Amino acid sequence: MSLHVDAGQPTRAPMPPSRRRAKPRPGRSFLTWLDLKAAPYLLVSPYYILFLIFGLFPLAFTLYYSFFDYDLTGTVEWTGLGNFTALLDDAAFWRAVVNTLAMFLIATVPQILLALLLANALNKRMKFQLFVRLGVLLPLVTSVVAVAVVFTQLYGRDWGVVNWVLGWFGADPIDWKAERLPSWLAIATMVDWRWTGYNAIIFLAGMQTIPKDLYEAASIDGASRRRQFWQITVPMLRPTMIFVVLNSTIGGLTLFAEPTTFYNGNVHGGTTSQFQTVSMFIFEQGFREFDYGYASAAAWLLFLLILIGSAINFLLIRRIGGNK
Amino acid sequence: MISNSRRGRLLAVAAVAALALGATACQSDDKGTDTASGGGATQAAGPVTITLQTFGGGKNFGYKEAVDKWNAEHKDIQIKYDNLTDQFEQVYWPQMIQWLQSGAGAGDVVGIDEGGMGLAKAHPEWWADLGEFGLQNRKNDFAAWKWENGVTADGKLFGLGTDVGGMSLCYRRDLFEKAGLPGDREEVSKLWPTWDDFVAVGKKFQDKVKDTKFVDGTNTLYNVVLVQEAAKNGNVSYFDKDNNLIVDKNPAVKTAYDFAQKISQEGLTAKLRNFTPEWNTGMKKSQFATLGCPSWMLGAVSGDGGAGPDFKGKWDVAAVPGGGGNWGGSWLAVPKQSKHPKEAAQVLDYLTGKEAEVSVFNFAGNMPSNIQAQQDPAVQGAKNEYFNDAPVGEIFAKSASALQPVFLGVKHAQVKNAIESVVSAIDDGSVPYANGWKKLVDDAVKAAG
Repeated sequence: MSLHVDAGQPTRAPMPPSRRRAKPRPGRSFLTWLDLKAAPYLLVSPYYILFLIFGLFPLAFTLYYSFFDYDLTGTVEWTGLGNFTALLDDAAFWRAVVNTLAMFLIATVPQILLALLLANALNKRMKFQLFVRLGVLLPLVTSVVAVAVVFTQLYGRDWGVVNWVLGWFGADPIDWKAERLPSWLAIATMVDWRWTGYNAIIFLAGMQTIPKDLYEAASIDGASRRRQFWQITVPMLRPTMIFVVLNSTIGGLTLFAEPTTFYNGNVHGGTTSQFQTVSMFIFEQGFREFDYGYASAAAWLLFLLILIGSAINFLLIRRIGGNK
Repeated sequence: MISNSRRGRLLAVAAVAALALGATACQSDDKGTDTASGGGATQAAGPVTITLQTFGGGKNFGYKEAVDKWNAEHKDIQIKYDNLTDQFEQVYWPQMIQWLQSGAGAGDVVGIDEGGMGLAKAHPEWWADLGEFGLQNRKNDFAAWKWENGVTADGKLFGLGTDVGGMSLCYRRDLFEKAGLPGDREEVSKLWPTWDDFVAVGKKFQDKVKDTKFVDGTNTLYNVVLVQEAAKNGNVSYFDKDNNLIVDKNPAVKTAYDFAQKISQEGLTAKLRNFTPEWNTGMKKSQFATLGCPSWMLGAVSGDGGAGPDFKGKWDVAAVPGGGGNWGGSWLAVPKQSKHPKEAAQVLDYLTGKEAEVSVFNFAGNMPSNIQAQQDPAVQGAKNEYFNDAPVGEIFAKSASALQPVFLGVKHAQVKNAIESVVSAIDDGSVPYANGWKKLVDDAVKAAG
């Protein structure tokens, strides 16, 4: 492996100096400057300009209004940290936080394990390889509304397929939308159905970069397939794993579409907010109650929550295959 | 290794594509924001398109036939009819307020439920002045309260009434007979002069019929009782006339809540919340036998979303226990942002006129608020074929003229929404009966705050 890395560099390194040594022709220095110094910035600028407009500006704007008692239909009054203290005291907010974290855990842990196993299976030689591999992305392409319609039918209390099947085993019908844990489970399956394939593809891409000779060497040493998976694939996948986990953390903590459509587009998330996530809470406060300042403050707390969640997950993942 | 790197590249492309998809997947669609009003070029030869936005399930505002007729007769002004959603408090009104605030997106003529009128009146800057287009002379077409509600805080006419919510009770004739109860509407009406009688009939029904519940859920009848009781308590429900929240002080709210809790405790409800997909399915699967029916509910039941054509003749309409009540009724208004306020006012004038309101009544069952339309023989003598030829004109028109307006505060829609969640929550078991009333008051205070 170290051979690969070193091989390329010596041949590439001497090239640029020879170019720079060429005499700068007068009058063209501006173009040269443009070419060498400015061009990279120009090339990356579209992203940063868009980020400034659609990322940073709303962020700052939201922070600004989180200090106001801002009713979208009327008053704007300075309250300082009033919104934040009120939020920390608001049982509904904490309920949303618990819901979000619980659904994140229920959905994400099995999702990443499943994606890993799926990627490992897809990494083997098979017929119609490309189709099978792209096939796992299909759920992602489906409109979330269509997904919600199907899952709402599956999890119907009176006429749902899941309760019907449970009935074969003598179980009482479960009111999936009224009870907290069942509603979390139902939504977690929706999330997993859509996103497992997506993560699997990313894992697969990561697996393809693992040199085959490692496996060959392990096979010669008599390591089983399973052992190879846990001792070679998983540790070598760590960078990919960090990306997938951080991505899932952000996605999971900002969960909105699935639980909202599960309750017919109502952001209250069940009669007593059984499955209202923080994003839904923000939306409800901002655009249903028109309490924009309060919603802004909640958005910033969510931002903090994501930072903390990402940091914890990052630290956890770094320990994977912790032989270094 | 070599063949692998090619595959790797393909996969990388796939992964990037997937990322892009993931990033765009959560974009919300903004259906209906395009007003299609021709970019403001009024002098152009092409016809002016007036966008009409409403809400409601089933046949909703019932404008289909009236709009088709107008479009056939007016080549210069075409109406584009857009019923945005069946949910007023949850979806339509918040979206509409954002459009009105931001100055773009709202249609040229928009429907407003009574629950939104308090807020609408408090914001004259949102609305075009209908008086400018001569609609001031329509005053005698409406009952005084219906007219007054369309006038803003500073005295500007901005909205005209569409329908009024006269009250009845819809019931499944076939299921009543199955339970050994009379099926005829006169006799059914005699079964329940009071709500206590209604509960007694419900228990009898439930003894005989197991797989169908007596009522849909707590929410519909809660609202029926609330408007009846409001009329007995100074015509106020959640707010007093100075816009103070009085949920815990107004006996009307407590009475309505207690009734909702009672029918739930007695096991008479199918535990469905109105205007949800489950409720619609419930109608198609005969999950409940009675339903509180303001006139506009007839359209929700007979429409494709509701029970639909399979149940034609099985539903019927009886008198509501406890006398009349005024649930709902809507208004039409022209947002100031409309690029064609004059044409929009013309359309609004037509849609609230006698001819259109009679057409709406015949199509969807919504009781006209236009007095001339109410008195029209076509309305007075109307029978509803779907509801076993019930004389709906007689049933609703009788009460329509005597209706009392219920005062609704500026934040009525938000408070109503919060309260309805609790009223449904005691039914689905997520809030114990013992805590229900306290939670209702707490949540209402929070929503109003």
